[in-house]
Amino acid sequence: MERKEMICINCPLGCILTVEQNETGEVTVSGNTCPRGAEYGRTEATAPKRVLTSTVRIREERGRVVPVKTAAPVPKEKIGACMEALKEVEVALPVQIGDVVLEDAAGTGVCVVVTKGIRG
Amino acid sequence: MRQDIVIIGGGPAGLAAALAAKEAGAKQILIVERDKELGGILNQCIHNGFGLHTFQEELTGPEYAARYIEKVEREKIPFLPETIVIDIGEGENGEKEVTAMNKERGLFVIYTAAVILAMGCRERPRGALNIPGFRPAGIYSAGTAQRYVNIEGRMPGREIVILGSGDIGLIMARRMTLEGAKVKAVAELMPYSGGLKRNIVQCLDDFGIPLKLSHTVVDIKGKKRVEGVTLAQVDENKKPIAGTEEFIACDTLLLSCGLLPENELSLNLGISLNPATSGPYVNESFETNISGVFACGNVLHVHDLVDYVSEEAAAAGKHAAAYVKEAAGNRPLEPEAEKGTAADGTLKKTISYREETPVVLEAAAGVRYTVPSTLHLSRIEDVQLIRFRVDDVYRDVFLKVYFNDTPVLSQKKRVLAPGEMEQVRFKKEQIAAFPRLEKITLRIEKEAG
Repeated sequence: MERKEMICINCPLGCILTVEQNETGEVTVSGNTCPRGAEYGRTEATAPKRVLTSTVRIREERGRVVPVKTAAPVPKEKIGACMEALKEVEVALPVQIGDVVLEDAAGTGVCVVVTKGIRG
Repeated sequence: MRQDIVIIGGGPAGLAAALAAKEAGAKQILIVERDKELGGILNQCIHNGFGLHTFQEELTGPEYAARYIEKVEREKIPFLPETIVIDIGEGENGEKEVTAMNKERGLFVIYTAAVILAMGCRERPRGALNIPGFRPAGIYSAGTAQRYVNIEGRMPGREIVILGSGDIGLIMARRMTLEGAKVKAVAELMPYSGGLKRNIVQCLDDFGIPLKLSHTVVDIKGKKRVEGVTLAQVDENKKPIAGTEEFIACDTLLLSCGLLPENELSLNLGISLNPATSGPYVNESFETNISGVFACGNVLHVHDLVDYVSEEAAAAGKHAAAYVKEAAGNRPLEPEAEKGTAADGTLKKTISYREETPVVLEAAAGVRYTVPSTLHLSRIEDVQLIRFRVDDVYRDVFLKVYFNDTPVLSQKKRVLAPGEMEQVRFKKEQIAAFPRLEKITLRIEKEAG
């Protein structure tokens, strides 16, 4: 039986979760105050994921960048690779919230989208 | 220019206040914004975690702002960008005179029935921190670094030490690391972090960045550019302990040492500020000691959660609209009428509820402050919300609420920390039913009682 204490990062409440994993790999979560907490504890103990937020460059423009995020959480160990991939990305203005700037970030199958509308 | 409500600041508080005021029937609303665009500080907060309470989904700062900006545009609520308010004065019959300035119009005065203060807050600067050493390049507030990286696409440095564990500092520790910088340490003077627990986990622990509690910067090396900082452990009086000094080579020092509500305008107008928050004392309507002047968002008290800012600001907007209605005798003010010429423009001097003696909210034993700080019983909400912060970290304690001296609530709390805003709710009937209620006291106690 493996037992871990962790702080849920889903919302600012920061519930203290106790996550237990038995020999068969079955995971139980306690201390959570909502279903999202249970889900977080389970994923965090087995395959931790994060939404990555960053910026990408604007073509032929310096001194301004466009904020972006992964459309879904990506495996924690892929975050570095996603950042590398985003370095190569350049967008042309205007952009809208939700515009896809990268289809499959570092083989995660998750796309990267714009989070702020910027006019030309 | 004549308005019903002038809102100073177009960040999350100003936007939510404007929408709620419009919905409550206010006709002439104007948002005055210092920056080029609406959205305030959310524009540079590109990380996610906003809006879980309001929209039941996790948004980034710019996405959260966009939800409100789109509505403000749809409602055609006008805003003046790149315009700075330099003074708020009181004219005849409680009318307010807002003196503002911009490139097109120069200096001008806006006459208005009500004002909503939504100016937000500023970071505590180096000058307020008493760090010895020269004044080399490479020392930034965390928020300045955030603007450089997230809006302008520039990196302020490569090897970073962060002083202060406020949320912006933690968020920037992660952001700079992702962009290839090496964040060597986060030093915090207090024995606990000033930031949210989730940010310690996902911004420091995820990247193995050490958080040094009870530590501060005692020296900055470098004349032209920062070459390193000396950290030292501090004792219980926050004085550095000799022999604990440790030199860390770095080219950049970020400061995340607290936020201060920006209340210069409020002070000039004669608004009383609560020393615990550096924001105005407000009643249940988010109205300051000056009738018709309301406050919300970080200019009132610094929040951890933008969702709470929006909620509070919406209440302020609704109450400001109600004030305008009563002040103008149920008639909306004439748009664009010259001062004093239109009969409709004359404001009633007395506002009925302000004649009533309000219930006083008292922050005692471990509670630093409450918002609001007074309640007019005739105007409390169906469910009246009281927000507060504690003065230290408490474990397994009880939040106790007393009406006069009678205990009415005892709530078990596993952990309370100064970095996390707390709240308690009361039903209107419960408050109204208590005989001769004069004072509501909040205390943190060890025993359930």
